[in-house]
Amino acid sequence: MPKTIPAPRKITTQPRFTDKVFRGVVTSGGLFAGLLLGLIGFFLVFNGFEAMRAAGLSFITGFDWVDAVPEDGQPASYGIGAMLYGTMVTGILAMIMGVPVAVGTALFLSYYAPEWIKKPMVVVVDVMAAIPSIVFGLWGYFVLMPHAEYWAKLIHKYFGFIPFFDMPAPVFTRSPFIAGLVLAIMIIPIVTAVSREVFAQTPLERIQAAYALGATKWTMIKAVVFPYGRGGVIGGAMLGLGRALGETVAVYTVLNLVYDIRIEVLLSAGGNVASMIVNKFGEADPVELQALMGAGFVLFLVTLGVNFLANFIINKTARE
Amino acid sequence: MSQALLTAKPQYPWKLTPKDLLTDLAGAVFALISTLAIVGFSPLKGKLGFALTLIVMSILTATVISWVRRDRKAAINSSTTVLVYIAASFVIIALASVLYEIIRLGAPGFSLSIFTKDMSQTASDMPLTEGGLLHAVIGTGYLVLFAALFATPIGILTALYIVEVKGRFAGTVRFFVQAMSGVPSIVAGLFIFAFWMIQLGNAYSGLAGCFALTVLMIPTVARTAEEVLKLIPQDLREAGLALGATQWRTVAMVVIPAARSGLITAVILGIARVVGETAPLLLTIGGADAINLNPTSGNMSAFPYYVWKNLLIGSENAVSRAWLGVFVLMILVLIFFALARYFGAAKGSRK
Repeated sequence: MPKTIPAPRKITTQPRFTDKVFRGVVTSGGLFAGLLLGLIGFFLVFNGFEAMRAAGLSFITGFDWVDAVPEDGQPASYGIGAMLYGTMVTGILAMIMGVPVAVGTALFLSYYAPEWIKKPMVVVVDVMAAIPSIVFGLWGYFVLMPHAEYWAKLIHKYFGFIPFFDMPAPVFTRSPFIAGLVLAIMIIPIVTAVSREVFAQTPLERIQAAYALGATKWTMIKAVVFPYGRGGVIGGAMLGLGRALGETVAVYTVLNLVYDIRIEVLLSAGGNVASMIVNKFGEADPVELQALMGAGFVLFLVTLGVNFLANFIINKTARE
Repeated sequence: MSQALLTAKPQYPWKLTPKDLLTDLAGAVFALISTLAIVGFSPLKGKLGFALTLIVMSILTATVISWVRRDRKAAINSSTTVLVYIAASFVIIALASVLYEIIRLGAPGFSLSIFTKDMSQTASDMPLTEGGLLHAVIGTGYLVLFAALFATPIGILTALYIVEVKGRFAGTVRFFVQAMSGVPSIVAGLFIFAFWMIQLGNAYSGLAGCFALTVLMIPTVARTAEEVLKLIPQDLREAGLALGATQWRTVAMVVIPAARSGLITAVILGIARVVGETAPLLLTIGGADAINLNPTSGNMSAFPYYVWKNLLIGSENAVSRAWLGVFVLMILVLIFFALARYFGAAKGSRK
């Protein structure tokens, strides 16, 4: 009795049914995640459009945030200019203070640290990245602020002739300087991580070539590591800036919101879009809520732009 | 024929001679003593004055020693070395200060009874022996659980789409997800408020908070999972396909089991990222002082919300409560952090 061999399978390049289902499910999942970003933008515009249209360009440039008072016939006027400016100021202060420390730490981890301290130090940076922003808010307000107030007084005393450090009124607490300090600490982990990643990609033979030519460690870093990793460090710093611009809770606790543009960074008067949203959200009427959605949309666009640029620079550096 | 055997004595020019070590030690001692002297005899005072003087003096000493010993280049090298060490110690000091203060101010209020009571019968100003944060435990539990349930499938599917299916939009999706991890958390909260509350007309609830946290968690899960899947050797996939398996079987039976611990790490990292998020919760969960067992309706509380609320009240006992909340939250974050490292390490050793 001859055994019956199963009929040969049909050879085809078409994917099987299960594969079609699999690909469909995976593709829809992936596209949903990609689309989510568009959905966020869409719903913020959709709900904030009315307020932005009513205010026109002054939504970006205006300094007032005044609710309508129907009894006096006063119209509502919503402009986030001062808040946007304040966000930039605290973000840039955070970069000025945080990026050098972060790059130094990345250099330390890549080239200076002895083996036994390297691993714990990496854990230190990772733990710092995991600390929630409310913790930094509490710490910044109750622990850092008394110290920072003293530092600000010293800076004002010795560098007060520089317009940035001038003080029209002697209130040093809850200033952009202190907010920038807290943000600097918060962006250190991400800037360190990205910088370390690019430093690690520096070709070993170039490093050894520099040493063979008699370079000291610093001349080697200056001649090989920095030119090679410049893009990555800039990209990492911009990722940090993006985080700093969007930070809400930590800034809210250590910054006094004032609807005014001031260049004195030590004065207790600053602005921050994200904090303003939390500040005004509680008692907002529907019209103001629309304006807040508009403010959220502007913040979304700004951070997205910074992030796109940062990722573009980093990806470009990583590929080279 | 006894030819003297010439053995070259090994030299270690990179090792410091005892004399060099002595000079370095003397330099360090000099920097410290001169700092103490300067702080003692000049108007510079306090911890800040001490730190600043120490930094300046140690850079100066290191520079001078290297200059005398070698040349200008070596001197610059020494000063930058000191600067790099100072930068690293700044980071350590900042983290140590944060952790120390959390323990100093948060631990005294800690007792097991806080996990059995809520704040429905207690005002924030009352002593910390009254009331507890059971409502926040339950709220955070729900939020994290459901956010993980929503974000894990989407995040892993996204990673699979980028790495396994490599669809037409893989590059675009990757870029968008990367950019999404930088979306401010407040914007995620506003988005859910605009969509879930304004458009669909729902009230504050734990579920809305879950959605906001999901938005924030997806990029973390997707990006970590992508890294993990990329580490799986291509040979494994080809072996699966060569045995006649469909792509679905290959992914489900070969790739995902091989990447399991890494995918678990991805989810835990995502949870660690969102468990302390405050801003989106302020716009979505409404906050409550009593236990709410229903995540789909009614105001909900959570650790970050509890901390926030007590921080805004600002009285002495309320602030102590805020620190207590931060203490518990930090323990939670560190547990997730340790778990992520544990699973991440397990992946490395098995390879």
